[in-house]
Amino acid sequence: MIRPEAEAELAEVIAAAEGPLAIQGGGTRGVALDGAALSTAGLSGVTLYEPGALTLVAQAGTPVAEIERVLEGEGQRLAFEPMDHRALLGTTGDPTIGGVIAANVSGPRRVQVGAARDFALGVRYVDGTGQVIKNGGRVMKNVTGYDLVKLLSGSWGSLGVLSEVSLKVLPVPETEATLTLSVASPETAVAAMSAAFGSPYDVTGAAWAQGAVSIRLEGFAPSLAYRAERLTQALATYGEITLLEAEDSAARWAEIRDVEAFANMQGDVWRVSVKPSDGPAVIAAAGQGTAMLDWGGGLVWLCLPEGTDLRAALTGIAGHAQLVRGRGFPRFQPEPPEVAALSTALRAKFDPRGILNPGVMG
Amino acid sequence: MQMPQPDAEIIARKPRVLARLQEVLPPDAVISEEAETRAYECDALTAYRCPPMIAVLPSSTQEVSDVLRICHEEGVPVVPRGSGTSLAGGALPTADCVILGVARMNEVLEVDYPNRVIRVQTGRTNLSVTGAVEADGFFYAPDPSSQLACAIAGNVAMNSGGAHCLKYGVTTNNLLGVTMVQMDGTVVELGGAYLDAGGIDLLGVICGSEGQLGVVTEATLRILHKPEGALPVLMGFDSAEVAGACVADIIKAGVLPVAIEFMDRMLIEVCEDFAKAGYPQCEALLIVEVEGAPSEIAHQLSLIKKIAERHDPVAMQEAESADQAARIWAGRKAAFSAIGRVNDYMCLDGTIPVSELPYVLRRIGEMSKQYGLAVGNVFHAGDGNMHPLICYDANKPGDLEICEEMGAEILKLCVEVGGCLTGEHGVGIEKRDLMSHQYAPADLEAQMAVKDVFDPAWLLNPAKVFPLDASDTRRMAAE
Ligand SMILES: Cc1cc2nc3c(=O)[nH]c(=O)nc-3n(C[C@H](O)[C@H](O)[C@H](O)COP(=O)(O)OP(=O)(O)OC[C@H]3O[C@@H](n4cnc5c(N)ncnc54)[C@H](O)[C@@H]3O)c2cc1C
Repeated sequence: MIRPEAEAELAEVIAAAEGPLAIQGGGTRGVALDGAALSTAGLSGVTLYEPGALTLVAQAGTPVAEIERVLEGEGQRLAFEPMDHRALLGTTGDPTIGGVIAANVSGPRRVQVGAARDFALGVRYVDGTGQVIKNGGRVMKNVTGYDLVKLLSGSWGSLGVLSEVSLKVLPVPETEATLTLSVASPETAVAAMSAAFGSPYDVTGAAWAQGAVSIRLEGFAPSLAYRAERLTQALATYGEITLLEAEDSAARWAEIRDVEAFANMQGDVWRVSVKPSDGPAVIAAAGQGTAMLDWGGGLVWLCLPEGTDLRAALTGIAGHAQLVRGRGFPRFQPEPPEVAALSTALRAKFDPRGILNPGVMG
Repeated sequence: MQMPQPDAEIIARKPRVLARLQEVLPPDAVISEEAETRAYECDALTAYRCPPMIAVLPSSTQEVSDVLRICHEEGVPVVPRGSGTSLAGGALPTADCVILGVARMNEVLEVDYPNRVIRVQTGRTNLSVTGAVEADGFFYAPDPSSQLACAIAGNVAMNSGGAHCLKYGVTTNNLLGVTMVQMDGTVVELGGAYLDAGGIDLLGVICGSEGQLGVVTEATLRILHKPEGALPVLMGFDSAEVAGACVADIIKAGVLPVAIEFMDRMLIEVCEDFAKAGYPQCEALLIVEVEGAPSEIAHQLSLIKKIAERHDPVAMQEAESADQAARIWAGRKAAFSAIGRVNDYMCLDGTIPVSELPYVLRRIGEMSKQYGLAVGNVFHAGDGNMHPLICYDANKPGDLEICEEMGAEILKLCVEVGGCLTGEHGVGIEKRDLMSHQYAPADLEAQMAVKDVFDPAWLLNPAKVFPLDASDTRRMAAE
C-alpha cells in the first residue's frame, strides 16, 4: 500500500509509477481494481471552515465522519446527503470526502438540492503524469475557465487523484418530518410523489419502499406544521397519511439513503436513473426481484437474481443503469459511440499512460 | 485588449464559404453585406466591436451541423451567439469569422410537469422559459438580470446566475441535458430528463465553456413549482462592514433566504433616481428575500429582523404587498441601466469569500481615489459575487484604459483574498489576460486540453478565455 502524506508526495508517486494504480479513499464503495494500491488516507484534515460563508475545505482523505462532526458543531451539514455504501456492499473502512466527490455520491435530497458535484466548489488533483492541478476555488460562484470540478466529480479517479476538495455546506434545518402512506403500486407511488414535488411545499425527499411512500419536509417548526397539513390534504386521494416526527423521520431517511433493505438480501444490486415517470416501467421491465424508488421515482434500486442482464431489458427507456453490487456486467452503462469517443479522448489527455484506476468506469 | 490578426487568406475565400453556406441555409439565414453584419459586431461589452465576415441564423440542429461541417472543412473560425448580452465579450466576432446565431431556434419542444422538466431550443430567452410554464405554477429558477433578453444558449455557455441562486443554484445546477453540435458537425446528446448522467460528466464541463466546445442547440431544464409567495425586506446600515456582518449572521443562524442583495450609497442614489423604489439614503442597503406562505414568510422575516437589529440598522422596510415587493426589486434589477443612464461604466464580476467583504470594499474605495474614477457596488452578498461598476467617460481619450487597469487591479485583489475573477459573467475577452493570475500554466493547460478534445482545430470561439500567449501554439497549429 502506497500512502503519501502530502500532495507533493502524491505527485511524486504518480509521476514515478510504472504501472496501474488502484486509488483508495476509504475503500467502501466496492471497486476492486488491479494495480498497486494507492491510499489517500495520509492526506487528511479540514483545512478551512467558514460557517458564515457556507464553505469548507478538506484534504481528500479526510473521513466523511470527521467532516460531519465539524459541521455539526456549527449546525451545518453536507446537504447532498452522501450515501454510506458499507452495509449494502459489506465493506469496512472510513468513507472519505475524496471518495464521495470522485464517485459523485449523493442521497435522497439530491432530487431537491443537487448532487455531490453541485456542492463541489473546487478541487486540487494530481493527473496521470504527476502534475498537480487546481480548478474552481472556495467561493460559491465561479465561472472562471472550464469547470473541471464537474469533470473530476464522478470520474472515479480515472482523470486524476483528488488531493483537496472545497465544498459548499448548508445549515441544518430546525426540524424535519415525513408523511408516509401505504401504496401498493409503483405507478400510484410516482403519481403521489409527483404531486408532492408539483406543490409549493418544498419537499426534500420522496421515496417508495416496502409498500410505503415517504415524503420529507424540513424547515422551521411552524412552517413544517403548516406544510405537512397542506400536503396531507393534497395527497388525501392516495391513502391515509401518517406523520413521522423528527428522529423517526431521520431514521427512515437513513434507511432509504443507504438502501438498507437490500443489505441482507441475496442478488445483484442495480441503480437506475431515469425520468420519474419511467420508474415503474423499469420495475416492470425487470420483472422480478425487489424494487425501491427514490428521487420521486427517478432513481430505481433493484435487487435481482445474480447475473440478470437488466440493461437488455431496459432498451428504449432513456437513462442509465449502474451495477452497484455484483459482477458479470460493466459497472457503468455503455455510452453511445460519439460520447464514448469524447470520454476516452479526455482520459487520454488527463492520464496519457492509462494508469489511474484503469477500467474503473468500463 | 488585443485580438489575433484576422486571417487574410480566409477573408479572401469569403465568396466560396458564402456560397457553400447558402447551399445549406435559406437565403434570409445568411448575412454577408457589411451594412447587415454590423448588427453582430459586438455584445454588451460595447467597447469592443468588429463585424464578422458572415453571420448565419440556422433554424434547426441539422442546419447548425451543416454550417459547422462546412466551416470546419474550410478552416473558418465560428463564434456562437445567443442574444448578444454577454458582458465579457464572449460573442465578440473577428473579421475572419462566421457568427452562428441561434436566435431563430426559440421553440419549446416539450413541457413535462410530472417530471418537472422543459426542453427548449436554446435561442429561447430565459424569461420566456418561465413564461411557458408560469400559468401552471412553475418557473425556471436561474434569473440573470438580463433575463428578458438573454438566451438559454448564452446562459448555458456562461453558466449564468441570478439574484435567486443562493437558494436555487446557477445554470449548471438546473441543466439536465443538451443537444450539442461539435465543430466537425457531429451531433451529441448529453444527459436527458434524468439526474446524473452515468459516465464522465461532460455536461458539467460544457456548461460554462463559453461556446468553445460545441454549439448547444437544445436544452433540458429543471423547472420547479413556484413558492406560495415571496417578500423582500430592505435594511439600511451605516457601513458596508456592518451590512456584511449582518449577512454572515443571517446565514449562520440557519435562515437561508432566496436572495441577499447589497448596494452601496452611490447605487442606492442612482437606482432610486431611476426606479423610484423608495430606498432609504444610507451607506449600505441589503435586500433580503424569503419565500413561502404568508405565515412562513412572517416567521422568517421576524428572525431576520431580530438578527439585523443587533447591527443597528438605520432603516428597515418590509414589503407588505406584491406591488411593494416588485418596486423594491425594480430598483435592484435596473441597477445597470440606471447607472448606464448617467455614465459609461464597466461592470466587474469577481467573487470573494464573504468574510473579506469589508476589506475588499475598503480597498476598492482607495483605488477609486487613486485612479480618479467613481465606483459603485451592487452585488449578490450571500455568495460574495461582487459587481463593482467603474464609471468612465468613453469620449475622453485614455479613460477606458485607466478604467480597465483599475478593473484588473480589483479582480487581482479578488483572487488574492481567495476568490475568483468572474462569478457569473464569464471570462470572454475581458478577463482572458488575467487568467494567469488565478491559474498556474499547468491549470490552464489542463483546461485547454479539454478544448483539444472537443475542437482539435481550435476553430470555435478561439481567441477567448485563455490568454493569447497561452493558446498561441494551439491556434497557430490550427491555421
Ligand atoms: C444588463 C445586463 C444584466 C446582466 N445580468 C446578469 C446576471 O444577473 N447574471 C449573469 O450571470 N449574467 C448577467 N448578464 C450577462 C449576460 O446576460 C449573460 O452572460 C447571458 O447568459 C448571455 O446570454 P446571451 O444569450 O446574450 O449570450 P451571448 O452574449 O450571445 O453569448 C455569450 C457566450 O455564449 C456563447 N454562446 C452563445 N450561444 C451559444 C450556443 N448556442 N452554443 C454554445 N455557445 C454559445 C457565445 O459564444 C458567448 O461566448 C447581464 C448582462 C446585461 C447586459
